[in-house]
Amino acid sequence: MEKRLLLGDEAVALGAIRAGLSGVYAYPGTPSTEITEYIQNNAPEIRSRWCTNEKTAMEAALGMSYAGKRALVCMKHVGMNVCADAFVNSAITGVKGGLVVLAADDPSMHSSQNEQDSRFYGRFAMLPIMEPSDQQEAYDMISVAFDLSESLALPVLMRVVTRLAHSRASVTIGEGRAQNALSPDSGKHWVLLPAIARRNYVSLLGKQTVMAQASENSEFNVLAMRSAQTKVPLGIIACGIGYNYVMETGTELPVLKVSQYPLPAGKIKSLASKCQEILVVEDGQPFVEESVCGLVPGVPVKGRLTGDLPRTGELTPDSVASALGYSSTAPSSADLHLAARPPQLCQGCGHRDVYTALKQVVAEYPGAKVFGDIGCYTLGALPPFQAIDSCVDMGASITMAKGAADAGVWPAVAVIGDSTFTHSGMTGLLDAVNDNACITVILSDNLTTAMTGGQDSAGTNKFEQICKGLGVEPEHVRVVVPLPKNMEEITRVIREEINYRGVSVIIPRRECIQTFRRHSKEKKQ
Amino acid sequence: MKKDIILAGVGGQGILSIATIIGEAATLSGLFLKQAEVHGMSQRGGDVQSNLRLSDERIYSDLIRKGTVDLIIAMEPMEALRYVDCLSNDSVVVTSSRPFVNIPNYPEDIQEQITRFMEANPGIRFVQADIEEMAKDNKIPRSANVILLGMAASYLDILTADQLRKAVGCVFASKGDAVVEANYKAFDLGMSVILQE
Repeated sequence: MEKRLLLGDEAVALGAIRAGLSGVYAYPGTPSTEITEYIQNNAPEIRSRWCTNEKTAMEAALGMSYAGKRALVCMKHVGMNVCADAFVNSAITGVKGGLVVLAADDPSMHSSQNEQDSRFYGRFAMLPIMEPSDQQEAYDMISVAFDLSESLALPVLMRVVTRLAHSRASVTIGEGRAQNALSPDSGKHWVLLPAIARRNYVSLLGKQTVMAQASENSEFNVLAMRSAQTKVPLGIIACGIGYNYVMETGTELPVLKVSQYPLPAGKIKSLASKCQEILVVEDGQPFVEESVCGLVPGVPVKGRLTGDLPRTGELTPDSVASALGYSSTAPSSADLHLAARPPQLCQGCGHRDVYTALKQVVAEYPGAKVFGDIGCYTLGALPPFQAIDSCVDMGASITMAKGAADAGVWPAVAVIGDSTFTHSGMTGLLDAVNDNACITVILSDNLTTAMTGGQDSAGTNKFEQICKGLGVEPEHVRVVVPLPKNMEEITRVIREEINYRGVSVIIPRRECIQTFRRHSKEKKQ
Repeated sequence: MKKDIILAGVGGQGILSIATIIGEAATLSGLFLKQAEVHGMSQRGGDVQSNLRLSDERIYSDLIRKGTVDLIIAMEPMEALRYVDCLSNDSVVVTSSRPFVNIPNYPEDIQEQITRFMEANPGIRFVQADIEEMAKDNKIPRSANVILLGMAASYLDILTADQLRKAVGCVFASKGDAVVEANYKAFDLGMSVILQE
């Protein structure tokens, strides 16, 4: 048997390749990016170009599924919000070729703005959810997920978390399977007119018992009672990687490992019948804990809601050990005084020059507000720049600037990166143009999706055309090169465009210093 | 037998390369391994760490419990201190002694803090060397991290120094003989620092 050392993300990717995948559709986002990158680097026969955003990715995957082939959609958890329209409705249309939607959650917000739990989306759309506990299971599970998707004719949601996505372990690799042949669906159920959608919805409801039975019989949901005793003080429900932290303690208590949803209600009831209390160990929000409360009347359920585990942040082997009553021994820390070392913009990065110029100009306008966005340039909020007043979600810089301008804020400046602009900024710019909003957009173009490691950016070489096409006056689409030597020109352009009472877009354009170094190295070799 | 290691440094210093070499050696010798890495925003000049676990038995958790870490390998002294509350009472810290100052409030008394910590925790050993200086003096400026690995080799007793040295060769093989030789030299230099003690 072949073994490979793989990140959880890579295990998902290789599992999907071996499961006969025909296309992966994704927008980069930590901690999901490495899945698509692995497929791009190792399986050139699979369609895998980066998408503009998670919604376009989800819809393209649905199209491939319609054509009878297997498709994978990958995103970070907040990407689920962007693709939610397509995702929820794909449960109503159903699928033909296997369709797996992979959401990589980031509890503790290592690289995110919230720690939302994607399992709620699965339940909301009434779809099966798979949640691997380790790298091997991530590899094995994705082919089961594709089979399940095809047998139910529904998408399957697979959820991983940062600590699995970005942790390496040895994985045993099995045999592969060929891609599905082209066989487009001919059913009318793809047309979600109300009359058809109502029928489809009834069909989706009918499949719930099949899904529940699949969970009950799933090889990934394992109940280990481990004791002949009639009643033990505590039973554990361990979900996803929570299982590892439970097993790490060496506990002898009964454990129900849950890696497939809807919850295996029968197994939960069996566990509860032998236990005085239940502890739910799950990474993310108290998704299972809330449900289990209703399933086992009379048996107290503990977890994140009761404070037995922390309500926020990712699980750790320490928090789980402590919830199970194990104490830890840490050495004295001898009164240390260390300084935090937050991430910062790279030396030589063009965003630095943009913020230097912007800070200088904004200081001249006491009412100025700067609306930021998602990317490396969010670091402009930290010292030494402290140059942005907001950062909410992909594209919100432009639309928030417009709303604030509507309310009377002037100058209202938006700072957005090239990839974020094409992801979700363009539509907001059209709103601003149509309303002749008085905003200044700084579209800081480094020719790549830098934050996630330098993936292709959907709009490269098209930004002036896009802005003009959306109706920004050509003389108010300005391009500058963000370099210290051009500071006088950049500040002058920003000042001029702030003073223009309409929509203007300034495009500071210089390649990301990281991709620049990589490209220079490649040229030398 | 198990070895639980924290690798620490500043984004871009090359701690993931050290992890890759140890991972290669562990894989070649058939050990179980788990290694949690840091990707994304924190790689941009911020503090980074990796939990690396080696064992001859199945490993469950990707993260190490506090108070059970056997070894910290750090490219920077303040980053070494950041994780000392994870160490067991009988453990080792192998670190570069040279501060990497990219923040305005870097503490001036890092060496004094190390001394205080050692006095309070006699079971914990601190091994330091200026690996950047050694790398420069020996004309292998890009291999400071492998010097550090050489220093850590004798404390990584679940693997032999020979297994680690072989892994250095495997990991750098694709970059040509000159790079492999430079890194062998770096590894041997690191080993000799410890043997001289």
